[in-house]
Amino acid sequence: MKLKKVAFARSSDKGDNVDISLFARDNDGYILIRKSVTTEKVAGHFAAFGISEVERYEVPNLLALKFVLRNALEGGATRCIRADNLGKTFSGALLRMEI
Amino acid sequence: MKKVRIGGGLGFYGDSFLPALEMILNDKVSYVAFEDLAELTLAILQKDRQRDPSGGFTKDFIPMLKLILSEAKKRGIKLITNAGGLNPEGAAKAALNLAKKMGLHIKIGLVKGDDLLGDLSKLSSLSHMETGALITEDIIKKAVFANAYIGAKPIVEALKKDVDIVITGRVADASLFLAPIVYEFGWSFDDLDKIAAGTTAGHLLECSTQVTGGNHGEKWWEIDDIDNIGYPIAEVHEDGALFITKTKDSGGIVNFDTVREQLLYEVHNPARYLTPDVTLNMMGIKLQETAENVVQVTGIKGEPKPEKYKMLISYPDGFMGQSIIGYSWPDALRKAKTTEKIVRKIIEKMKLPVKDIRAEYLGYNSFHGPLADSTYVEELNEIYLRILGRTDDKYTAEQISRIMVPLALSGPPTASGLLGFQRVRSLLGLWPTLIERELVDKRIEVKIMEV
Repeated sequence: MKLKKVAFARSSDKGDNVDISLFARDNDGYILIRKSVTTEKVAGHFAAFGISEVERYEVPNLLALKFVLRNALEGGATRCIRADNLGKTFSGALLRMEI
Repeated sequence: MKKVRIGGGLGFYGDSFLPALEMILNDKVSYVAFEDLAELTLAILQKDRQRDPSGGFTKDFIPMLKLILSEAKKRGIKLITNAGGLNPEGAAKAALNLAKKMGLHIKIGLVKGDDLLGDLSKLSSLSHMETGALITEDIIKKAVFANAYIGAKPIVEALKKDVDIVITGRVADASLFLAPIVYEFGWSFDDLDKIAAGTTAGHLLECSTQVTGGNHGEKWWEIDDIDNIGYPIAEVHEDGALFITKTKDSGGIVNFDTVREQLLYEVHNPARYLTPDVTLNMMGIKLQETAENVVQVTGIKGEPKPEKYKMLISYPDGFMGQSIIGYSWPDALRKAKTTEKIVRKIIEKMKLPVKDIRAEYLGYNSFHGPLADSTYVEELNEIYLRILGRTDDKYTAEQISRIMVPLALSGPPTASGLLGFQRVRSLLGLWPTLIERELVDKRIEVKIMEV
C-alpha cells in the first residue's frame, strides 16, 4: 500500500536541504512507518532528484519520523529552477512510496 | 501566576495582516511579533535595496503599521518585527514618519548589527556549514547580503527602554517571540528549560497559520472557515507552562496534529534544534489538547546554545529564463513533448549558451518529477509545457523566455494559454556558515528613536 494510507507529511527548504516530517496517526502506525520507511528506502525513492544523503530521526513522542534530504534543491530556493523551488511538494512525493 | 499572551502576526513577507488587527482588538495579547524573513525573502529585499538604497525592508510593513499602530498604541500592545530585513534603520525612519503623520507619539527600539556585508573581506575561514568548503574570494566580492542570525537579547534590551515597537534585521525567527517572554518574567538566559519553552512558543508561532490549520496535511478539507483562519497565540506562564491557541471567533483549528506538524517544521534534528539563544531538545515534548483549539506543550528541554552564530551569505549565481505554453486533449502530452523537442532544436541552432535546459509538464510532473504517476498520461485533458534554462547572462535567459512564441502557429495544434514573456529571474547562491559570537556581538546596537 501507499504510505499515504497510514501517514501525512509536511516539507520545506532549509538552504540546499529539504526537510520532511512524516506523521503516523496512532501507535501501530508509528511502529509500521518506523520499520518500513528506512533511510535507505527514502534515499532510493528520491534517487532521481540528485540527493547526496538522507538522514532520518525518530520522534516517538510525536509519532513522527523526520528526514533531511541533503543537496536536494540545486543550491537552495534562491538558485533552484524547479517549479517547486521550496521543496513543499516533497511531502506528497514521499507519501507515494509503497510500503 | 503571571501570564503573558503573545500573538503571531505574520508568517512570511506577503502574509495577510488583517488577522493581526483582529488580534489586537479582541484577543488580550500584550505583544504581537511579526516574522517576515525567509531565505528567499532576504533575496527579494536584496533586489529592492539594489534598486533603491532606502529600500531593503518589507514593503508591506508601513501599510500594516498604518492599519494597526493606533489601536496597538491605545492598548499598550507592543509590536516586534524583523521586517527591517536588510535595512532596519530605513524601516524605523519610515515608521516614525508614519506615526508623525498619524499624530501619534511612538518610541522605537532599533536593533542593528546583524549585517556583516561590509566586513566580509575581513572575516576569515567562512567555511560552508554543509560541505566544509572554504569561501572563495570571488563569492566574497560578489556577495549581496551577509547576515548573522542573532538572538533575543537585544530585543529584551529594547523592551526595557519601554518602546512601542522593536524593529530588527535578521533576528532568528523564534527569538522575536522569546524576547518579550524573557522580558516579562525576567528569566535568565541560563535557565535553559525556560528559554527553550519560550523558543518553542516562538517556533510554533513564527509561521502564523501553519499551526492553526493552514497548509495542514491531515484532513485539511474538514477544517472549518478556512477563509477566516485565525492567527496563533501563545499563552506562557511564569513557570514556563505553554499553551497554543488562536484568535477568537476565527476559523481553522489548533489540535495535536497541527501543533506537532509545526513543531517539527524545518527543524532537522529534533533533539538538537539550534537557535542563537538555546539548543532545543524536543524528544520529551508532550502535546495535550486541554480545550477546544488549545494545546498544552510540556516536557520542553533546553541545552546550551550553539557556540557560534549562523550566518547566511548570498551571491548572484546566474539567471533563469522560462517559457510556458498549453495544449488540450486529444494527445495533449504528445503535443507538448513535440514542442519540447522543437524548442531544444531551436536553442541548439541559435547556439544559445544555456547551461541547463529543462522541461516540466505542469499538470503532470512539474512537482513530483520522475515520481509522477503516468497511468492516465495519454488521456490528459490538457497540459502545460514549461521550458526553463539556467544561464550565466541575462540576455540568454531573455531569449529562453520568448522562445515559445512562434510555436503558437508553427508547432503542434491547439497551442493555447501562452503565458506571455515570463520575467527573467536572477538566481542567488547561498553560503550558510558559522561566525564567532563576539565578532557579531560587539557590533550589535540598540538605538532608541522617538517622535
